[in-house]
Amino acid sequence: MIVNIISLCYLVAVVLFIVGIRWMAHPDTARKGNLTALWGMVLAIAAAFFTPGLENIVLILVAMVIGTAVGLWMAQSVQMTAMPQMVSFFNGMGGASAALIGLVEYGGLPGHEIGRGSVLMASVILGSVSFSGSLVAMGKLQGVLKDIRVNKVLGFMLLLSAIALAGYVLTADAAHPALVYAVVLISLLYGLAFVYPIGGADMPVVISLLNALTGVTAATTGVLYDNKVMLMGGILVGSAGLLLTLLMAKAMNRSVLDILFKSFGSASGAAATGVAGDQTVREINQYDTAILLSYAKKVVVVPGYGLAVAQAQHIVHDLEKALAEKGVELIYGIHPVAGRMPGHMNVLLAESDVSYDLLVEMDNVNPQLPSTDVVMVIGANDVVNPAANDDPSSPIYGMPIIEVSKAKNVIVIKRGMSAGYAGIENPLFFLENTKMLFGDAKKVLTGLVAEVKNM
Amino acid sequence: MENLLSYLGESQDAIYIFILATFVGIEVIAKVPTVLHTPLMSGSNALSGVVIVGSVIVLGKADPTNYMTLALGFLAVLLATLNVVGGFAVTHRMLGMFKKRDNTRKP
Repeated sequence: MIVNIISLCYLVAVVLFIVGIRWMAHPDTARKGNLTALWGMVLAIAAAFFTPGLENIVLILVAMVIGTAVGLWMAQSVQMTAMPQMVSFFNGMGGASAALIGLVEYGGLPGHEIGRGSVLMASVILGSVSFSGSLVAMGKLQGVLKDIRVNKVLGFMLLLSAIALAGYVLTADAAHPALVYAVVLISLLYGLAFVYPIGGADMPVVISLLNALTGVTAATTGVLYDNKVMLMGGILVGSAGLLLTLLMAKAMNRSVLDILFKSFGSASGAAATGVAGDQTVREINQYDTAILLSYAKKVVVVPGYGLAVAQAQHIVHDLEKALAEKGVELIYGIHPVAGRMPGHMNVLLAESDVSYDLLVEMDNVNPQLPSTDVVMVIGANDVVNPAANDDPSSPIYGMPIIEVSKAKNVIVIKRGMSAGYAGIENPLFFLENTKMLFGDAKKVLTGLVAEVKNM
Repeated sequence: MENLLSYLGESQDAIYIFILATFVGIEVIAKVPTVLHTPLMSGSNALSGVVIVGSVIVLGKADPTNYMTLALGFLAVLLATLNVVGGFAVTHRMLGMFKKRDNTRKP
């Protein structure tokens, strides 16, 4: 009886998951979708509590209370700019949990159950990789960890040896029980070797992939328990993450394999020398910029990660309002991979009440650029680098960009002349219609708003 | 080998679900606009916290005298809860901004 009720609850939970994700894919129903999925999860957890023969209830509740408190606190206190890191962190926790489940189950595994054992080892390996990989991705986004070149062959060897060792542990007659911890250790190392060499600019793709990986891990754990809600939920996440990964890679005109196995860093030496000829940079001051903006008909703002770092999303909205009063049309040109995650800029600008209609995607903004008077590039670099169009030796050659150089004037707000996150020189800065406005984005924009209002 | 094959035979249901769910996942998400990529990634991340069901079962069935198992299981529940709660809360926060945008858009 109780078993059937539990199964029914799991079934309803799965339906809620699917409907929830479906709703999450449309702006009008997204909130409802998230809450629907949440209710599905609550139902699934509640049902799990009635699993026959369940003990240690108090311990489970204590762990949940601590997890809930810490999770809520972290989610509430994180700044919008650090959201991608947060997602990566939570993703890693899910992976770690799956790996731990695998470890515990291994202890209770009767000898020579190859089928069940393989699924279990898959959970342990995938979960560990997802855990360490997510934490490295988080550290890189946070700027704590730098790019380190790791030999791809070495990384691959790590993965192979983890699988081989897992195979040995499962089949050998007298494998030492502690060897399973060696599998965990090697998998953790592989996670590090996997994410460490990947360039920061590619992090969104990696996070998306790791997210899919955790989903698959949850699904393998589901197979272990013959638990349909874990299986379905995990696979849903797996295919969602994989699809997002492909969409992202497509936006950068690179294959996922290229991103994972050929890091940007390896080719940047050639690119740095690729910029030839006139290297003069033209500077502009705030006052001149304000004049240029106030007398323009149409302005396009191209935001990037620098906008997020400077927390300048509110002030750019103020500038938009100040210009609107003068009859200047301002729109935002959003590159799909601007920032550190797909849609990062949309979230950031939505936070400061920028109207959804003003956010124009790359493919729609590019045809408008020749008739644009001023393009203002705020904290973006690689996504406006013309080398992607005309320098075959550039590592980002072939990536679609926002073609800002087609506009009449380009103003680049930047702290200094350093290269972008991909570590590539940007010939845009040396073009004749480009002017550099050096300074912190927030300070510069605040000054601009004041100047524009005084015009 | 025979062992593995018979396990595959026993797990047929799971394999069918695996395949069908993959297509459901792709279909359901296929038409998502760029604006929602980040919230969706965050939301699906929260859903991957469904391992919490497994962690509850693991800890619930752990031998109360085996402290190692208890500790690992406890940690598994805690981390999975972190994934679920944090994931949904962060997604809710992100989507809250979209709601605000809708309100300002209407007048």
